[in-house]
Amino acid sequence: MTEPAAAVDPQASNATAQDVGRTKGETQDALAAIAQGASFESEIHESLQDEEAVLEVQGFELWYGQAQALYDISMDVSGGKVTALIGPSGCGKSTLLRSVNRLNDLLDIVRIEGDMRLRGDSIYDPSVDVIELRKRMGMVFQKSNPFPMSIYENVVYSLRIDGENRKSVLDEVCERSLRGAALWDEVKDRLDELALGLSGGQQQRLCIARAIAAEPEVLLMDEPCSALDPIATGKIEDLIEDLRGEYTILIVTHNMQQASRVSDYTAFMYLGRLVEYGATGDLFTKPHLKATEDYITGRFG
Amino acid sequence: MSHPLTKSSSGSSSGASADGRAAAPGGGDTRSASVPEGMGTRLRKRSKSSLFATGEPMIWLTGGALVICTLMVAGLLLLVLMRGLGTFWPGEIVQVTTHDGRVYMGEVTRDETYQPAENVLTGLAAEVEPFARQAITEADGWVHRRLFRTGNFRLTQVHFRWVSDYEVASRETPEWAMLLERLEWGRFYGTPEALVRLTFLNDSSPAAIRSAAAALESQKADGFTVRIVDERRVGGATERVLVPVAEADSLSRFVALAEVAEGPEAAWRAFRDAHGEVRERWHERRDLEKYDTGEVNHRQEQARLAVREAEIELDRATPDERAAAEERLAAAQQTFEDIREWADEEFLRIRAEIDAINDQNQRYQLVLRTAGEGDRPPQVTYQRLDEIVRAVPANRIGVGEKLGVYISRWSEFLTDEPREANSEGGVYPAIFGTVAMTLIMSIAVVPFGVLAALYLREYATAGPLVSAVRIAVNNLAGVPSIVFGVFGLGFFCYVVGANIDQLLFEATLPNPTYGKGGLLWASLTLALLTLPVVIVATEEAVSAVPNSMREGSYACGASKWQTIKRIVLPRALPGIITGMILAIARGAGEVAPLMLVGAVKLAPELPVDSLFPYVHPERSFMHLGFHIYDVGFQSQNSEAAKPMVFTTTLLLIAIVAVLNFTAIWLRNKLRKKFAGGQF
Repeated sequence: MTEPAAAVDPQASNATAQDVGRTKGETQDALAAIAQGASFESEIHESLQDEEAVLEVQGFELWYGQAQALYDISMDVSGGKVTALIGPSGCGKSTLLRSVNRLNDLLDIVRIEGDMRLRGDSIYDPSVDVIELRKRMGMVFQKSNPFPMSIYENVVYSLRIDGENRKSVLDEVCERSLRGAALWDEVKDRLDELALGLSGGQQQRLCIARAIAAEPEVLLMDEPCSALDPIATGKIEDLIEDLRGEYTILIVTHNMQQASRVSDYTAFMYLGRLVEYGATGDLFTKPHLKATEDYITGRFG
Repeated sequence: MSHPLTKSSSGSSSGASADGRAAAPGGGDTRSASVPEGMGTRLRKRSKSSLFATGEPMIWLTGGALVICTLMVAGLLLLVLMRGLGTFWPGEIVQVTTHDGRVYMGEVTRDETYQPAENVLTGLAAEVEPFARQAITEADGWVHRRLFRTGNFRLTQVHFRWVSDYEVASRETPEWAMLLERLEWGRFYGTPEALVRLTFLNDSSPAAIRSAAAALESQKADGFTVRIVDERRVGGATERVLVPVAEADSLSRFVALAEVAEGPEAAWRAFRDAHGEVRERWHERRDLEKYDTGEVNHRQEQARLAVREAEIELDRATPDERAAAEERLAAAQQTFEDIREWADEEFLRIRAEIDAINDQNQRYQLVLRTAGEGDRPPQVTYQRLDEIVRAVPANRIGVGEKLGVYISRWSEFLTDEPREANSEGGVYPAIFGTVAMTLIMSIAVVPFGVLAALYLREYATAGPLVSAVRIAVNNLAGVPSIVFGVFGLGFFCYVVGANIDQLLFEATLPNPTYGKGGLLWASLTLALLTLPVVIVATEEAVSAVPNSMREGSYACGASKWQTIKRIVLPRALPGIITGMILAIARGAGEVAPLMLVGAVKLAPELPVDSLFPYVHPERSFMHLGFHIYDVGFQSQNSEAAKPMVFTTTLLLIAIVAVLNFTAIWLRNKLRKKFAGGQF
């Protein structure tokens, strides 16, 4: 395995970059304004308008009890593309990600406003069956969380809970998912062993295999590499590269290089607000906002 | 910079050192001159007062507490182990003769030193008193005495006798002294004189005796001689005497003809040859009495109940149904009559079989002579072989044979039924009852407790109500167990049980079936008692399952219950089993509530037997814990029962340990399967 060669999104060239609505000078103190709680309009590149949106976030706001964690987020996540969410700790990236498959529902204190749509279907409509909704998505967590069962059972978990018991189907899905997660060759001889016996990197790839087993429409990844060493990280990034096009991936990362390596689009968030969202190449090389530039060059955050 | 001293002594922060260095030329000197004294005393003071600060005494305190706890537990176990294991070892049979000519023979069961009161001395026989006074003055008023288990209760009315050392003139261990464990009347100590195989005659005329004797003579086995058993008066008592056939004309009262193995050695050999066979027949007889008779009784009872049911039905029948009900009643009555006829025949048949066995068995008798009991002269007794459980010539046999006796006593203890008001025999029904009760309790309490804990942890929204429930559950663990017993009696037996009887066993009323204490109700009462343990352990195990796993499951589209079933429960299983282990440990040793809800001194029938429906959870049962109480404190022969207390205690501890280790083994297996369990 080698590090991905294409560090910068090759599709960046598609985007016509110089169509800014505001100049850098005007928004230099955008971050200060956000910090003071002033209203702020996200800077969304026009390059996104060419894409077909699978997931639309529409004026989404979220509170943990009294504390507001997300402010008026509106963004479209493009189908078959990798979209990265970056931003300093506590800016709401993970909260936004977990709002997509409504994992935040598990906390009683969470309250939301606005809506999201998955291929046009509302996610937060009261009539939505959360369980059916989650079945359309896969999620990979920051810390690998294999279930206390065999590798095989881990992978086919989402099929099992759907009541799928035909061995041929399960076998086929297991192999396809493990191959998809580039883990097949390493574990094909010990599928019946306990998943907890795998190494950290293997566990994380197993979680990816589990997430893609049900062929989700959106794959959510919450800092999938933050607990891994560089080699395992490289493997996961290669994997994301392989999954690109097949799945719509929304990934949260702290690692700017990773965002630039693996993603097609990047959204920069700060204190619960979406600051700038655009093609990764544009955002990293010629961001519209000074604040974004400051962050990605490491001058703050 | 105005206080260089305070600054430097307050520590060596790097910020201060820059300042300090700037002031070095002047301030540095003053420090080195004036400070060491002050600092030195402060350091010494610190090190002196820091004995507690270093924690050294706390190591000793905590370690000491642990050592004391361990010693107490180990001491208790050791005591139970030693006394419990020693009970069945056959001891030496000692015969002592006192200065006033009394003779005692038996096993020494314990000894003690005591200070006799003056009136004890004056009450002594004249021959003994001087020895007693001398012994007492020599030992400063203290006297040593031994407790002899002398047995022979039928002859002496006592089982045990204290013999003070000063009384003893001579002490010996007769070679052929023999201990008999009998079905009734406790132990017997004596010396075997002969083994007889009797032939009873209807016609006791000398001629008939002679001809029968001649017939016997021709077919007797090697080493046997033919004798006549005659009952005559010997020194004021009636005694059976063996006389030669030649004296057939001068008998006082003929009893039987006997093939005799004379002398202790021949008798012992003949005993060993015959005993097994005789006992086997005895077991056969017992089975006939118990199972065959039981079966017939059972069928008769079933038929009677069918009649009763038909009567009840008839009482309730509407006019339309009346004819049919009457017909059914008639049929039931007819069946009952048939069965009664059949039963009478069966009883006769069984009786005949039993009589045949009895006739056969009572021919074999062991003739023993006692050592004399106190001031009585030695006496000859005839012991039926089938009533002798075990004969041990304790002074003749070596360690190997003693070990054999030891093992056979243990196996009797573990597999047989109690006799002699529980002070002898086995405790198999109690073992069965204890294990069955504990298992039913576990089966009841674990699912129930796990479900309750799951609701508390997984479904219930945290709030004051849930906290209150949790506190209530925890406090339930502190309720005295007898209260649970009262509740079990009041609720299970008198409410639930009575209603079950009303619904299903109306025919047997007013005799209760479920409306009284029994295995099922006892198990459920204990399940209630141990419920908090399981709930608390399960709650902890469930809350220890990482949330990330639950989230992973939800993210896969699993519902709450699927997540609990497939992720939470497997992962929490080792912890749940820990709860079960604690519940077993608590439940198996509980006695107080059982006394109210079904444990009894002697349960003639096990809750599982060969009679339909084979499992009878409504029956009362025996329990080892209750057995300990009963044997130790309710027995007439408490001295004999005392060792049994320890042995039974040992057994109870062993059973609880086995149940626990099984659960622990299971848990470890599961833990390996779902690696990373928290318990």
